Amino acid sequence: MTIKGKAYIAGIYEHPTRHAPDKSTAQLHAEVAKGAIEDAGLTKDDIDGYFCAGDAPGGLWPMVDYLGLNTKKLRHIDSTETGGCSYLIHLGHAAEAIAAGKCSVALVTLAGKPRTGPMPPRASGAEADFELAYGATTHNAYGMCAMRHMHDYGTTSEQLAWIKVAASHHAQYNPHAMLKEVVTVEDVLNSPMISDPLHRMDCCVVTDGGGAMIVTTPEIAKSLKKPLVRLIGHGEAAKGPRGGKDLDLTYSAGVWSGPRAFEEAGVTPKDIKYASIYDSFTITVLMQLEDLGFCKKGEGGKFVADGNLISGVGKLPFNTDGGGLCSNHPVNRGGMTKILEAVRQLRGEAHPKVQVKNCDLAIAHGTGGLLGVRHAASTCILERA
Amino acid sequence: MSEAKKYNAPVTNPESAPFWEAAEAGKFMIKRCTTCGEAHYFPRAICPFCFSDKTVWEESSGEATVYTYSLMRKSPTGPYAIAYVTLKEGPSLQTNIVDCDLETVKIGQKVKVVWKPTDGAPLPFFTPA
Repeated sequence: MTIKGKAYIAGIYEHPTRHAPDKSTAQLHAEVAKGAIEDAGLTKDDIDGYFCAGDAPGGLWPMVDYLGLNTKKLRHIDSTETGGCSYLIHLGHAAEAIAAGKCSVALVTLAGKPRTGPMPPRASGAEADFELAYGATTHNAYGMCAMRHMHDYGTTSEQLAWIKVAASHHAQYNPHAMLKEVVTVEDVLNSPMISDPLHRMDCCVVTDGGGAMIVTTPEIAKSLKKPLVRLIGHGEAAKGPRGGKDLDLTYSAGVWSGPRAFEEAGVTPKDIKYASIYDSFTITVLMQLEDLGFCKKGEGGKFVADGNLISGVGKLPFNTDGGGLCSNHPVNRGGMTKILEAVRQLRGEAHPKVQVKNCDLAIAHGTGGLLGVRHAASTCILERA
Repeated sequence: MSEAKKYNAPVTNPESAPFWEAAEAGKFMIKRCTTCGEAHYFPRAICPFCFSDKTVWEESSGEATVYTYSLMRKSPTGPYAIAYVTLKEGPSLQTNIVDCDLETVKIGQKVKVVWKPTDGAPLPFFTPA
């Protein structure tokens, strides 16, 4: 049993806003849902599967009600919550449900407003008494990964900075990007230190907004007007300190989700023409590129340097919308926007300045939670059909 | 500066209560599985490695080395050094390095446990040995 080629992404929508004090979170969910349904050329009543994560106000059933989904038709629901990679996992689960005949048109939504107001605290598990007092945050948890990666492999701040530089080269062409200015390695190194060794420009933006997609059967996708994009491989995994044995913060659960997705798809990293890689921080990208096999463990620094991630310049064009580092990281969750730009590339709808030629195979990969503490990862391999 | 920082008391539960009772007496406890022999932290009733329920409490030396750290400079309560340290007994754990010049914290540095008061049981931190 495989999901290879069993599900197509027929509709996508990224909210153009990056700051939405005048809208409610539920409203943003509805706006992105409407956008994705219209992009597909479908109607709300076609939806028979719905997926959302922890950003949906009240969770799944209040959203089903608020959106006014047709409950006589809705027959598959999934509120898998794995932080920023939830939506990559939703894509895989939607494909599983479609392959099993459990639904035929699945809607996935993400939206929220962290820029307008503070987000509720992260839920904690059995570790709470043994960890909460130490103040782990995204910045310092990823800082600890970067610090150890530098120690073990000689990775430098200059190499990490190249990731932001590449993202900024792409963001200049995205009219909706929050940060459109092209920056240099020196700019990144001269930005204030937030949590050693991560500078301000090693961190992603904080944005209000959201995105949505429609996942459907091959038959329905072929009856619609959009270029055909299908999922051919999916992997998911989770990692934590596990009792503190053999702690190694230099790799992520991507070492497991990546190979699972590549194996199912029957392709290798060398075949990939475009990569959407989760970029909460520059170190996130570097570790994921290694974990997914685009280079050997420890050689990520060399791989990303000198513009290797810039479209039209380097070998592996990444995050051509400007990514989370420059364009959008809605609700502090970058998984949805990773899928959306991969679909744009495969459709040939990316900005002409960053569109990859003959882009027929792409990867969208993300992590959720804190890489330095506990996290999940999910990898999707997408193909132009 | 570190004097002023106030920490919340641990909530505790039946599984973790012996750890916090020992903490009141200044003892830093880990768990060891008598089936597979592995030590782990934070303490669980069931071994996270072999899933045996034959786990026992063991007092740790409180001696450790810094595995990694990050100096958090942007914080409303002032800068702090979050870290993972690896205990002499094996397990690594998350903590803060305290009571020192935070700019001098280094990977591989020897540290030892130090307790900070709360309104309940004290909390373990680590400081240069």
